Amino acid sequence: MSDHVERMVLQGKVDMHFSYAAGKTASRFFVELRDRQRIMGKRCPLCQRVIVPAQLFCKECFVETDEWVEVGPEGTLVTFTVVYHKENHHPKEAPLAYGIIKLDGADTSIVHFLSETEVTKLDHGMRVRAIFSEERKGHILDIECFRPV
Amino acid sequence: MGKRAAIIGTGQTNHCSSREDVNEMELVYEAATAALKDAEMTIKDIDAVVLANMELFEGRALPDMWCGEGAGAFMKHAFKISTGGTSGTSGAISGYYHVASGLFDRVMVVGFEKHSEGDASGGMALTDPFWDRHIAAAAIGNFALSVSAYMADRGVTEEQSAKVAVKARRNACNNPHAHLQMPDLTVKEVLESPILAYPVHRLEMCPQSDGACAIIFASEEIAKKRCPRPAWVRAAVTRHDHIYLGEVKNRLSTMRSLREAAKAAYEIVGIKEPLKEFDVAEIYDPLTYAEIAWYEALGFCKDGEGGMLIDGGVTQMDGELPVNPSGGVISTNPVGASGTIRVAEGALQIHGRGGKRQVPDVNLALVTGYGVYCWSDVLILSSKPY
Repeated sequence: MSDHVERMVLQGKVDMHFSYAAGKTASRFFVELRDRQRIMGKRCPLCQRVIVPAQLFCKECFVETDEWVEVGPEGTLVTFTVVYHKENHHPKEAPLAYGIIKLDGADTSIVHFLSETEVTKLDHGMRVRAIFSEERKGHILDIECFRPV
Repeated sequence: MGKRAAIIGTGQTNHCSSREDVNEMELVYEAATAALKDAEMTIKDIDAVVLANMELFEGRALPDMWCGEGAGAFMKHAFKISTGGTSGTSGAISGYYHVASGLFDRVMVVGFEKHSEGDASGGMALTDPFWDRHIAAAAIGNFALSVSAYMADRGVTEEQSAKVAVKARRNACNNPHAHLQMPDLTVKEVLESPILAYPVHRLEMCPQSDGACAIIFASEEIAKKRCPRPAWVRAAVTRHDHIYLGEVKNRLSTMRSLREAAKAAYEIVGIKEPLKEFDVAEIYDPLTYAEIAWYEALGFCKDGEGGMLIDGGVTQMDGELPVNPSGGVISTNPVGASGTIRVAEGALQIHGRGGKRQVPDVNLALVTGYGVYCWSDVLILSSKPY
């Protein structure tokens, strides 16, 4: 028999649903965002870093964090990109601008959307401010984005 | 230190954008049988099998279950390593540990990925459900974030980055297994390709490939008996940094995990001047800027001088330290296999079986793997067991 054969390619799709528990520390972070529009970190008792978003333990010292600290809502843009290509699973339509933001009072940074999608209007080290969503649900997107100050 | 171990055989599929002529298990079989042939062994000679794969990209849970038999795992000690981009190098390190432990004498490692069947952006979207998933735009966006900071910090130019793309795709022309072979690619063409995410152009990124790669590790006695020029594993080190991008300090500029892994590996072997002492390097370059950043993190030059190495031709095939004679990940990227390919290519160079991509007189080869946002593997292979 000849090796030549029509190539069969099957299509597959799976619809799956998940329920993720945030844990008590991230839960409080989300409640503060939703109810008081406050961005909260927690301080490590050993290295003294204020870790944002708040986490149960310091991943460098491997001990529980103990002190809640409010940070921001302003901060410094550490770095940024504007995504132009489209992928099915991107969280927003292109152009999608996001960056790494070090909030005032924090020692680690957070990843979030930027309101400005023109590369020429963004810069490393520029000041930005959190814009809170009108409808908040206890979610990282209760911060809508960060806007240049 | 464990017992001595060496790579005595390697095998690769032909990597390309779509291998519709085989299913995923058959792709694994193709690499495994090629490695057995290279080592002049049969599957009966193999004591243990390690598989390396990304998981989820092809929509199969437990890929070791669905593809293990393609690596001859039937009735053998077998399991899977899945650590993102480092899967392939971590799988190889696991294979080495098996032999170095003294519990196994002949171990086969197979890394594989069949990107054409899957949804890599969907797989990448399944990141942490609380933070990244709602904001970050998968691998390209996350790389672009680091690249824009790295350029601002170190002054690396677009032209230097494009030169890495040209080097990689030209080297790939000497590698019959490589996916993107572009003998006439120019810096201008790279920089005229669309910007996917500022500042990264399409031709600066790795492709998505179908492919598999197998490596056979052997204990000292067996390696000396079966291989004229074994590639001895002299060091194998892994380091993991934070996983949340906000916590990784200036990823490309510091590349803490690669720096620390290299430092530990160099100490084991006694490497003082890596640029002079290594004869070849096969490093995991997911995009052009990463290769330049890795030059700095691996100590080939001082921080801020990575761009000068590519300008000066130092890492070209005829330079002081040829980097990625195979064409690298920028030319071929079946991600679960990409790390395994780096190890196999490093070993090939020591075996003297590199064909047109062979660097003359290779005694010491550096191999790296890079995974997720900031995980690194470093292996040092040598023609000498100690």
